[in-house]
Amino acid sequence: MTAAAKSGHPGGSLSAADILSALYFRVMRVDPARPDWPDRDRFVLSKGHGAPALYAALAERGYFPVEELKTLRRLHSRLQGHPDMRKTPGVEASTGSLGQGLSMANGMALAGRLDGRDWRVYVLLGDGECEEGQVWEAAMAAAHYRLDSVTAFLDHNGLQIDGPIEKVMSPNPLPEKWRAFGWHVVEIDGHDFAQILEAVEEAKKTKGRPTMIVARTIKGRGVSFMENEANWHGQAPSPEQAEQALRELGKGGAGR
Amino acid sequence: MKYLIKLQDGAKKVATRDAYGEALAELGRENPNVVALDADLSKSTKTAVFGKAFPERFFNMGIAEANLMATAAGLAAAGKVPFASTFAVFATGRAFDQVRNSICYPRLNVKIGASHAGLTVGEDGGSHQSVEDIALMRVLPNMTVLVPADGTETRAAVRAAAALNGPVYLRLGRAGVPTLFNPDYGFRVGEAVILREGRDVSLFACGVMVAEALRAADELAAEGLEAEVVNVSTLKPFDSRTVADSARKTGAAVSAEEHSIIGGLGGAVAECLGEHAPVPLVRVGLRDTFGESGTPDELLKAYGLTAADIVRSAKEAVQRKGK
Ligand SMILES: Cc1ncc(C[n+]2csc(CCOP(=O)(O)OP(=O)(O)O)c2C)c(N)n1
Ligand SMILES: [Mg+2]
Repeated sequence: MTAAAKSGHPGGSLSAADILSALYFRVMRVDPARPDWPDRDRFVLSKGHGAPALYAALAERGYFPVEELKTLRRLHSRLQGHPDMRKTPGVEASTGSLGQGLSMANGMALAGRLDGRDWRVYVLLGDGECEEGQVWEAAMAAAHYRLDSVTAFLDHNGLQIDGPIEKVMSPNPLPEKWRAFGWHVVEIDGHDFAQILEAVEEAKKTKGRPTMIVARTIKGRGVSFMENEANWHGQAPSPEQAEQALRELGKGGAGR
Repeated sequence: MKYLIKLQDGAKKVATRDAYGEALAELGRENPNVVALDADLSKSTKTAVFGKAFPERFFNMGIAEANLMATAAGLAAAGKVPFASTFAVFATGRAFDQVRNSICYPRLNVKIGASHAGLTVGEDGGSHQSVEDIALMRVLPNMTVLVPADGTETRAAVRAAAALNGPVYLRLGRAGVPTLFNPDYGFRVGEAVILREGRDVSLFACGVMVAEALRAADELAAEGLEAEVVNVSTLKPFDSRTVADSARKTGAAVSAEEHSIIGGLGGAVAECLGEHAPVPLVRVGLRDTFGESGTPDELLKAYGLTAADIVRSAKEAVQRKGK
């Protein structure tokens, strides 16, 4: 997708792809034919630059044709560089400015509770994103309002744009910080489906507080030359590199 | 001020953010009090050039723009000359209150080098394209707002910003723009520059739209209309005299900017002409809308920010003369 667009964010998309697959194919109560069904579960991609992974999951789940993925980032496309809830079916929040998604997820959860509904809210944050002060304002609020319908994932890949998070501006230790903010914290391997699903079950059973699933991930996961490389945060692969990447990911097929 | 030029075909293209990075590093060599801060975008805003040359005077604040701006305020309060950089959308929007209350209110010597302004951000889309930053910065008391048109003017603006004691907002772009000015170009804060003289209509432009305005003037000349082109690179303090004098002389005006027509250059020109020289004005810019994904050139076309749009607007303004 990013190769066809000649721009975009492959690294952070690949680190989140397994979590998104688990959510959209095993966890969330959604109906692609009715993206505005009031009782659906919600997902907020707080790290909006991971849009390619979200769009791929939505397309594969049936929200729009897989063919459309090729239009990513093109003029007048429904698939904007960052998620746009007014343009793309299935996208629940417009994100791209980091640090705001958890607040929006909290708002949705408060609304669901006011209405006495049982739908849940999932949200995915980056580890560099946790440097934003608003993330901690939202963390505080979710615990304060005992939003146990909120389940957050932390895509803990250790990298941001300018380099390793430890070097640029360390937000570590993250599990301890979320615990200190009153969250139930589960630590998993973010590329292990069994662990992802188990953690979600644990979150559903946790009452009275929100759950943060700290997922250890690899930025650029599955593509040898992208793995753990900060430089692959925001550049698109060449056609040859894309071909190799798809081969390594074990997938052919149009537009991906 | 007058500096008459012609748009050269095949002029070298330089992104103003690149010129900013180099000028900042140069300044660092001359003045040990200059420090730079960034928010995890140093490779994009080009403060990395400074960071490489002066690692001890470069502070990456991580993805935390509010903290970035207020930390810069503290550095300035203790005598440093901080240049704080991130994308324009975050520098002005995310950290607006810090810029207002920690920088402008106490008139601290902070320079904000805001890159990736406007539509020419391109594919990242509307969430990243600031179309309101000039308006936000222009409304703040004590703020100086500079929108350089090319690499040469950017270098001069960086120096002028450092020489001035007070907050400065420097608006920079991602995409390459044609080099318009020679090194002898004498940029001065607060002075609009007449680049071409004409008697039929005034074209007031800033940033990437200056080259488009020059192109439009060529096209208008071919149709018998003499356009005056004015580079309004200082949005604040606004050079009301030059703008009003030109409008009075030509009797019709067009403003052109890579920004909303509300509150930016178009807003400033409308305020000035309304008070001092009421003539028909047509504003070229985003018409109260956000941008979207696309290539920079596609977007400029789709949102009506090309020489052709300026030509059309100029004819409309001329037609409304005396009505
Ligand atoms: C408020 C804000 N500041 C800066 C950016 C630019 N930006 C986009 S992605 C990114 C790095 C994100 O790092 P991380 O959260 O760790 O994401 P991941 O490693 O999962 O890609 C930055 C600084 C932004 N989108 N929003
Ligand atoms: Mg990361």
